[in-house]
Amino acid sequence: MGKKTIIPFGPQHPVLPEPVHIDLVVEDETVVEAIPSIGFIHRGLEKLVEKRDYTQMVYVIERICGICSFGHGWGAASAIEGAMNVKVPERAEYLRTILHELSRLHSHLLWLGLLADAFGFESLFMHCWRIRETILDILEKTTGGRVIFSICKVGGLRKDIDNETLREISETLEGIKAELKDITTVFIEDDSVKNRLCGVGVLSKEDAIELCAVGPVARGSGVGQDMRMTDNHGVYKDLDFEPVVEEAGDCYARCKVRIGEVFQSIELIKKAVDKIPDGPVDVPVKGNVEGEYMVRLEQPRGEAYYYAKGAGTKFLQRMRVRTPTNMNIPALVKILQGCDLADVPMMVLTIDPCISCTER
Amino acid sequence: MSYIAKSPWVIHYDGSSCNGCDIEVLACLTPMYDVERFGIINTGNPKHADVFLVTGSVNEQNKDVVKQIYEQMPEPKVVVAVGICACSAGIFKQCYNIMGGVDSVIPVDVYVPGCAARPEAIIDGVVKGLAVLQEKRDNMKKLGISEEKTEEGGEN
Repeated sequence: MGKKTIIPFGPQHPVLPEPVHIDLVVEDETVVEAIPSIGFIHRGLEKLVEKRDYTQMVYVIERICGICSFGHGWGAASAIEGAMNVKVPERAEYLRTILHELSRLHSHLLWLGLLADAFGFESLFMHCWRIRETILDILEKTTGGRVIFSICKVGGLRKDIDNETLREISETLEGIKAELKDITTVFIEDDSVKNRLCGVGVLSKEDAIELCAVGPVARGSGVGQDMRMTDNHGVYKDLDFEPVVEEAGDCYARCKVRIGEVFQSIELIKKAVDKIPDGPVDVPVKGNVEGEYMVRLEQPRGEAYYYAKGAGTKFLQRMRVRTPTNMNIPALVKILQGCDLADVPMMVLTIDPCISCTER
Repeated sequence: MSYIAKSPWVIHYDGSSCNGCDIEVLACLTPMYDVERFGIINTGNPKHADVFLVTGSVNEQNKDVVKQIYEQMPEPKVVVAVGICACSAGIFKQCYNIMGGVDSVIPVDVYVPGCAARPEAIIDGVVKGLAVLQEKRDNMKKLGISEEKTEEGGEN
C-alpha cells in the first residue's frame, strides 16, 4: 500500500469545459476518495425574481445553462403558466416538443464529441461537432439563436415555425442519419473505444436508485425513469414514447443510452412534424401570478424540477430550479471510489456534468 | 494577418458563464469555423498560451483562479472577454454573487459582446487580439526585453 496523496482535479482542466474542483485522494494509482467542491459558477439567479418580473424571469432561467437552454425556458414558462391557469395552444406544445428534442440532439452530439476528446480520439470529436452544426443551423433558422433562443415565453412561443420549414427540418434530420450511424458505430464497436469504456465506472441499479441518479445515468443502470413518459409536459403521449434503457451501468452503457436517444429524438421530431395541428402559437396572458405550481421535465441530462410561487404582484415570490447534474454528483462520487486515476476524466464526463446548471 | 509571427495558442476559462459562450468557443475549433487554419490551438496549459479567452463574469470563488491563470501566462499576453457576461456581467448584473466583468480582476484587451457571442464574433475578437499581441511584442523589443527571458521568469 502506498502513501495517500491528494491530486487536485480542476477547476481549470483540459478535459473540462467548465470549472468543477474534485480532490482525488489516491493510493498508488487508485482513487480511494473523491471530494467535490463547487461554487465557481454560482451566480444566485433565483434571487433575481425580486428584480425581474415574471415574463422576464423566463429569459433569466433560460440562461442557467447554454446547452439545455430551451428546456429551462420551457420549464420556467410552464411553471408560471400552471400557476396562472393559462392553457397553451396545442401547436405551441408541439413546437416546444420539437425544439426541446432538437436541443437534446445537439446536447448529446456535443457530449459524444467531448467524450471522444476525453479518450483522445480527436477526429471523432471533430466529426461529432461537424454534425452538430447541422442541428445548430436548424435552430438558428427557426429561432434566430444558436445556443440561447429566448423563443419560449409565458403563454406560448414568440414566433411560429411554418409547416414547410418543419418538413425541411424533418428531411434534414433524415439526411444526417447515415452520417450519425457511421459515427456512433465507432463508439459502439471500435475496440480501442470499448477498452476505455466497458466495465469502467459501474453504477449498480440499487445504487442508482439509492443515490437518486436521474436521466441517462439512471437509464444506463437499468432504471427506466424518464419524465417524458409522464404526460405533464409536451406532447410525448401522442408520440408513443419509450425510454432507452441499458442494464450494464458502466460508461459504455451510458454512452449507448445517449446514442439511442439521438436516434430516438430524430424519430420523435419526425412524428411530431407529421402530427402537428394548425392554429395559434400563443395566448395573451393578463394579470399576475397568484399561487404556486411545480413542473418536472426531462432535460438531456435528466429530470429537472421548476417551482414558481407568486402572491399577486408582477414579481414572483420564489422561483426554484433543481437541475439533473445536481442529482448525479452523488453517483459520480460513488463510482470514482476505487477507480484508476486515468479513468477519472472518463467517469466525470459520462455523467455529462453541467456545472452551470448545478450551481446556477 | 501577415503580422502573425508565430501560432497563437489560446487558453479558455469559464468564469461564471451559462456555457453558451463556452460551447461557442469550442465550436470555433471544430470543422465549421476551424480556427486551426490560423494556427490557433486550444491548450490546457497557461504557460503555453498567448491569448486568454474568458467567458462569464467573476465572483468571489473564481477570481483567484482567473488571476492565477493570467499570472501564469508568459508575456506578451492578451485577454479576450467573450460574451456580454465577461464584458459587463450582462443579464446577471444584479445577482448577489457577481462582482462584474472580467476587467474588475484582470486587464482586458478585447471585448466581444453577445449573448451568446457568435463564433464569427469570437474569431474576430481573437484576430483583433492578435494585433494587440504583436503591438505588445514590439513594445517589449523596444524596451530590450526578450520573450524567452520573461517566459523563464514567469515559471519561477
